[in-house]
Amino acid sequence: MRAYKQQAGIVAHLDRPNVDTDIIIPKQYLKSIKRTGFGINLFDELRYIDEGWPGKPLEDRQLNPDFVLNQERYQGASVLLARVNFGCGSSREHAPWALDDYGFRVVIAPSFADIFYNNCFKNGLLPLVLSEQIVDRLFNEVEANPGYKIEVNLQEQQVILPDGESFSFEIDGFRKECLINGLDDIGLTLESEPKIRAYDANRRQHSPWLFDVISPEKIG
Amino acid sequence: MAQTLYDKLWADHLVDERADGSALIYIDRHLIHEVTSPQAFEGLRLAGRDPWRIGANIATPDHNVSTDPIERQGGYAAVKDETSRIQLQTLDDNCSQFGIAEFLLNDRRQGIVHVVGPETGAVLPGMTVVCGDSHTSTHGALGVIAQGIGTSEVEHVLATQCLVTKKQRNMLIRVDGELRPGVTAKDVVLAVIGNIGTAGGTGHAIEFAGTAIESLSIEGRMSICNMAIEAGARVGMVAVDDKTIDYVRGRAFSPTGASWDAAVSHWNTLHTDEGAHFDALVELDAALIEPQVSWGTSPEMVSAIGEAVPSPNDFDSKVKQEGVARALDYMGLQAGTPIKDIKLDRVFIGSCTNSRIEDIRAAAAVVKGYHKADNVIQAMIVPGSGQVKHQAEQEGLDKIFVEAGFEWRDPGCSMCLAMNADKLGPGEHCASTSNRNFESRQGFGGRTHLVSPAMAAAAGIAGHFVDVRDWEMKA
Repeated sequence: MRAYKQQAGIVAHLDRPNVDTDIIIPKQYLKSIKRTGFGINLFDELRYIDEGWPGKPLEDRQLNPDFVLNQERYQGASVLLARVNFGCGSSREHAPWALDDYGFRVVIAPSFADIFYNNCFKNGLLPLVLSEQIVDRLFNEVEANPGYKIEVNLQEQQVILPDGESFSFEIDGFRKECLINGLDDIGLTLESEPKIRAYDANRRQHSPWLFDVISPEKIG
Repeated sequence: MAQTLYDKLWADHLVDERADGSALIYIDRHLIHEVTSPQAFEGLRLAGRDPWRIGANIATPDHNVSTDPIERQGGYAAVKDETSRIQLQTLDDNCSQFGIAEFLLNDRRQGIVHVVGPETGAVLPGMTVVCGDSHTSTHGALGVIAQGIGTSEVEHVLATQCLVTKKQRNMLIRVDGELRPGVTAKDVVLAVIGNIGTAGGTGHAIEFAGTAIESLSIEGRMSICNMAIEAGARVGMVAVDDKTIDYVRGRAFSPTGASWDAAVSHWNTLHTDEGAHFDALVELDAALIEPQVSWGTSPEMVSAIGEAVPSPNDFDSKVKQEGVARALDYMGLQAGTPIKDIKLDRVFIGSCTNSRIEDIRAAAAVVKGYHKADNVIQAMIVPGSGQVKHQAEQEGLDKIFVEAGFEWRDPGCSMCLAMNADKLGPGEHCASTSNRNFESRQGFGGRTHLVSPAMAAAAGIAGHFVDVRDWEMKA
């Protein structure tokens, strides 16, 4: 996994609560068997006026001029500012893949849906919870100041505003370490292989019915 | 110390705990489908890793299969869309390469993973179950910790048989009393979500309990646990009782003989102890729940059938008001319009929420002897699995639908997420038994109203929503 690098980034804001993963990346793009290439269809139905489908040439798409990401001042944004319960709905990891592919590295919201929050960390994307009050204030700052940038220092758990003011945020230690060092989850878990083996063997003995069931032959 | 059902299952599956509170929990069953698995298998190949325990996995294509019986006869070769064909073929290729059991497209046991798992006995009480699909919470109806995961976690579970996760807080939702005739499990769960909101269960494992939940069939309990995720909870569950054990008995992958007896004595312990602590409690009176209809673009935007579409001013916070105004605009609805005046263009009866035999029976009972309204362009019945389809046909239910002008389809996720050809056109209103009414969820610009199977069926006949409690059933 790519390690999280501290950087100052332009902030783009999406002012609606309960943004679901269908809005982040609509289902027709989930037919792809790849992890990349979803960025041009991020927020497809908000970003374009016409209906999109996989492979539809960009020159045939009609941009929605009212959508933030289509406005000049938000070009190159790497921080997404959002409202409550961001990422609710489907577990599709295509949602963080699309945000990442577009160029977002941080998503700030007062709250996130659980599965989306978890999926972000697997992809070097930092979902960051700030209070509703601070998020409100950031919305105002972004509106008022074209090219508004903030810096997110993950090591120190600080969001730093252009005037130097900062807010701290919470994140659990294990996830922070994985993001900073770009650690591979599976590799880490396999460090516990002896414990998994011991558990597996014990379970096989005490609950044998869980181990003798599924095989292609049995399906016949 | 007194434990909740969730506490017991968590402790039983705990492999390792880290100092920061994250834990490794062992996964008994992993369900796989075509959409969220290809990148995981690719990851395994790139890293040169093998699955930890092949026999823990079971796969079936569901999200993106055609439900058109004629197209289905042609197999994958008949799938017109090349990207879909590749995705479906990739599932088969991955399963055969790694030796994972799969119910193939036209096998009678193929269907929606969350219907197939329980009905084959691949999911049993006391298990931990994961799948790259948020509606995995469905399986909690059997006294299981079941949760949706992302594709990276699909790869992680394949490689390690474990999930890295944190213990959720415990939430108890009690529904006591007697449900009124015509009020179903779907109405209960919609009423719950309307009550606690789409983030009301975030960070919690929800246990549904109370006399009304106990009175439901296992299918009904699955409809409820299925939508726990729409209340923000990854995990929804119901304690094991005699109905659970009767449901599991005799299924293809259920244990037999001495193994069955040992399993049952374990399963009988899978309930919350008297006096166990819950971090949150919600109580609903079953007798007050009426048939529900969603009018907005979030599952919390629901009303009882006798009510009218609310106004943004009926809500207190500015964020809510704006959300409701945007939803009404998208839905093309005026505040104050009686729910019963909403006209329908299509009806969809299916999805992992409501495509089991009892759902199909409930819809058929309403439809029998009637005909689809002229303003309804299409009414689709999509059984949840080949077995459900077969059972319904044995009971002659398919004929009732076809005579009424409804379409009798092959199993799959279909118009619940509209990845395949089954979708709404822009602006069309649909009475749907699925679980999400998000913008464009069922097709670009489509307008979804979430309801129970009986309510959807009645709306298809009347052409607008009606109170199914007033419906005259024809014998």
